[in-house]
Amino acid sequence: MKSWKELEPAPFIPEPCTSRAIKTGDWRTRKPIWHEEKCNHCLFCWLYCPDSAILVKEDKMIGIDYDYCKGCGICSEVCPDKCKAIDIVQEVK
Amino acid sequence: MPRIPMTGNEAAAYAMMQINPDVVAAYPITPSTQVVERFSDYVNNGECQTEFVPVESEHSAMSACIGASACGARVMTATAAQGLALMHEMLYIASSMRLPIVTVIASRALNSPLNIHGDHSDTMGSRDSGWLQFYGESVQEFYDHVFIALRAAELSNLPAFVCEDGFILSHTLEPVDVLDKNEVAKYLGERKPLYNLLDTDHPIMAGHLSLPDSYMEHRRKLAEGMMEAPKFIDQAYREFAERFGRKYDWIEVYDPQDAEVAVLIIGSAAGTAKETVDLLAEEGKRAAVIKLLVPRPLPVERLRKALSKFKVVAIMERTDSYKNHGGPMFSEIAAALYHHDTRPILRAYHYGFGGRDIFPEDFMKVFNDLLDMASGKKEIPETMNYVGLKED
Repeated sequence: MKSWKELEPAPFIPEPCTSRAIKTGDWRTRKPIWHEEKCNHCLFCWLYCPDSAILVKEDKMIGIDYDYCKGCGICSEVCPDKCKAIDIVQEVK
Repeated sequence: MPRIPMTGNEAAAYAMMQINPDVVAAYPITPSTQVVERFSDYVNNGECQTEFVPVESEHSAMSACIGASACGARVMTATAAQGLALMHEMLYIASSMRLPIVTVIASRALNSPLNIHGDHSDTMGSRDSGWLQFYGESVQEFYDHVFIALRAAELSNLPAFVCEDGFILSHTLEPVDVLDKNEVAKYLGERKPLYNLLDTDHPIMAGHLSLPDSYMEHRRKLAEGMMEAPKFIDQAYREFAERFGRKYDWIEVYDPQDAEVAVLIIGSAAGTAKETVDLLAEEGKRAAVIKLLVPRPLPVERLRKALSKFKVVAIMERTDSYKNHGGPMFSEIAAALYHHDTRPILRAYHYGFGGRDIFPEDFMKVFNDLLDMASGKKEIPETMNYVGLKED
């Protein structure tokens, strides 16, 4: 963090996309666990994730971005009953 | 320079027309209504090219001003009393984002009971919002300070109030020596903003989140901006005097006979106080008036210097803090003098709430109190002195 003397005269952020530098995943108390073998790649989770934390490559889900996932559980909730490929567990370190 | 009879409000609108700001967003409120009313005529008649935004509230007015100013525009508005109170939330945003918006204020009492007349409750209530404050004694002084306030604001990147006492100046016709529009443009120059939201080559985010780990540093930075403002206010005054020949300063001392007692006062009543000093001189009594034109930032060193020669000084305020330690200016000036060796005895006087007139005979009583106190004949309470109050 900057000292007050190093700050710009007005509080503004002089470059774009700085939110990527702030890893908000450490707010999480619950954690989604993805089971690849059960997943049918419908991408409902990708569609509903409020933090764009579902990683997708070539139209297939490849994992969860824990740098930004806040553990809301929406991905697990919208995962179709016939798959149930995402479990929510307590975040334990 | 032509001389035109104008009320304070008309003079403000005329000054704004001459300035031709990029954006004016405003909502009408007594007693500042005619500023916006007359200014919208100028816009309608093509006498200035301003984007005029008639919004639905003062909160929206200041919000629109902030948005426009953050895009580098020269921005002005006008309000009073409850309107300024409704803007209060946005005032802090304007100052901390370092946006030099100038707000014309026709100073007015705050409700309740409902009162539309002149006093300083509105602007004194916003004294710690990071805005510069300028007060005129006459319509002429107020008109000139619209330009001075804008120049000082844009140099220091801080917003400014320029205040006229509601009705006493806002609705009183006075001959005003108006400035030449081209000279005004030269005096003000171009605004040089710290940043510009519309500059897509240099994208920024303004007004962002700042948590306990950084907020304090941002506020300290704003305090630094205020500490640096005096040199820009000096520059605005100096350039105005050089270009237009009218010389103003933060403090005006009217002390024709080297007096021992003085009143310190803000705004239009200073004229009545000076008149009273002249009447007292005819009786062989010596008294002085210290008029404070710029209470924000408070000119601490200048006040120490101006007050040090007096024995007793009354700090006269057209507002109250409802505490037993005087109004806002009394508390601040007392604090400013506390660490100074040569300081006068201070007494707090309140007057003129809700537009109550103050006459030479009222000032006469105050000055006689001070003279009696200086000569040891009488003791005056330190605070809770109300001029013209119906006591019994």
